[in-house]
Amino acid sequence: MVWSPLRWPNPNSTGPETMRDDRNRQQGRPGDVVGEILHDVGDELAAVVSVPGEITYHTFNKFFEFIGEFSTLLARTIQFIARGAIDIRDTLNQMAYIGVASLPIVLITVAFSGAVLSLYMSQLVVRWGIGSYTGGVVGISIVREIGPVLTAVVVAARSGSAIAAELGSMKVTEQIDALRALAVSPIRYLVVPRLLAGIVMLPALAAIADLVGTTGGYIVAVVNGVAGGGFTNTIKTQVLPYDVIMGMLKTVFFAVVIVIVGAQQGLRTTGGATGVGKSTTNSVVISIVIIYILNFFLAYVMFGGRTAFL
Amino acid sequence: MIDVRQLSYRISGRSILRRLDLNVERGEVVAVMGMSGAGKSTLLKCIAGLQQPTGGQLFVDKIDIARMSENELNRIRRRIGMVFQYAALFDSLNVYENVCFGVRRHQSLTEREVGEVVQAKLSMVGLPRTEELMPAELSGGMQKRVGLARALAMEPDILLYDEPTAGLDPITSATIADLIVKTRDETGATSVVVSHDIPTIKRISSRIALLHRGKIAAVGSVEEMENSDNPAVRQFMTGSTEGPIQITR
Repeated sequence: MVWSPLRWPNPNSTGPETMRDDRNRQQGRPGDVVGEILHDVGDELAAVVSVPGEITYHTFNKFFEFIGEFSTLLARTIQFIARGAIDIRDTLNQMAYIGVASLPIVLITVAFSGAVLSLYMSQLVVRWGIGSYTGGVVGISIVREIGPVLTAVVVAARSGSAIAAELGSMKVTEQIDALRALAVSPIRYLVVPRLLAGIVMLPALAAIADLVGTTGGYIVAVVNGVAGGGFTNTIKTQVLPYDVIMGMLKTVFFAVVIVIVGAQQGLRTTGGATGVGKSTTNSVVISIVIIYILNFFLAYVMFGGRTAFL
Repeated sequence: MIDVRQLSYRISGRSILRRLDLNVERGEVVAVMGMSGAGKSTLLKCIAGLQQPTGGQLFVDKIDIARMSENELNRIRRRIGMVFQYAALFDSLNVYENVCFGVRRHQSLTEREVGEVVQAKLSMVGLPRTEELMPAELSGGMQKRVGLARALAMEPDILLYDEPTAGLDPITSATIADLIVKTRDETGATSVVVSHDIPTIKRISSRIALLHRGKIAAVGSVEEMENSDNPAVRQFMTGSTEGPIQITR
């Protein structure tokens, strides 16, 4: 129920509407009762209508705020890299953390995704007598989509969240201020090594994931009656170096998204442990959503005019 | 050395500092006291260039830093050491790496010289042979002393202390207070100490400033403040609940 001067007259007010309302109430005219009900309905409607309006406003506000912070952070990180302000030791440490430590989980997810794709595909195409095409379909799917996208999603969940949590806890414990007080840019010290590590390691992870995913597909296809030689032959003929390179190139864009979103969410953290938790969750959610949307546009640009044998 | 003129700071529509004036002479230890949430830490962060004031001027050695960019501020920050309320040590680095963090990045010293700086500063704060320890292995008082050693390593002209004794027992607080005085005597650094710990303030200060309602309500020596007629100052110095300063939230 929305407050209204007509419904809740202020005892201190001598305004004409309040007086009229009091008078009407005392006389109990039926028309006024209807008017009051309509007024209440109007208030309720206004409240209901204003909710989506407010949500839309806040969503747009947050969206543009995010775009602004993301672009500024990315631009400033690139400025430092262009000036050669790179700490090799920190970058190598981050490469080990973002790349090497993520390898087992990337391999497991992509290998089993390749295997399940091959399971469905081989059962279908063996019936049609073109079982060897399983290799081409699985190969194309893995190097163009499953390898790069799953690698990015896994790294976003594992390392993007860690970046947000680490920078977020540094922010709330004033370590970010301490860096600035020591005349060290937090972007140069914290974001540059992570971005470089992501840009180098994600394509490498995706390349290994491609190999392992295709191997997983191969094993399942052979178990389902596909000739091993046919499987590899269709891979050779259908999967071009272009597909592999473009798939790896996609992950460079994904690396930028994962690291900059993680850093941006971390550096804007406020409110102690709860704030760190929120930033961590937001970084994963935002990164994964952007990765999937960006993947569509990258696929359209990279492979839109080339649909292989399909 | 530090000249704050008509300084204002607003955030989310709320005025924290309102046309505040404060002057700190070279080599002085000025304590800024005030209620929790009065804006003491904000004032300190404005002086360190960590927060940009929304109005007024802030001169550090006759240079107005109130409107400086981050790059310009970095030159000034090398001359300012800040000791944070909870030390703000980098928890992924050990004591040695924390203390030499700024030195390594801004001074062209050999690793041996860096080591000598670290040892000298850790000895100065009474923590020799702690180089290999991680911040999580240190007590609160030790963390604050390492934070001071980190600030001292850059040989600053100005030292800013944010609640240096908050959360410490009386004996450790007295040790930190003596360390602040000793540091001033040995380095000649101008110091601003934000605190509401009256015994510590009395122990270290050349002058005391009371921050109330976003302004400096009174400034004076320890004796002047103790004998002040200003009811707010008297209330704060005696820790009384009766007086013009009332907790409203």
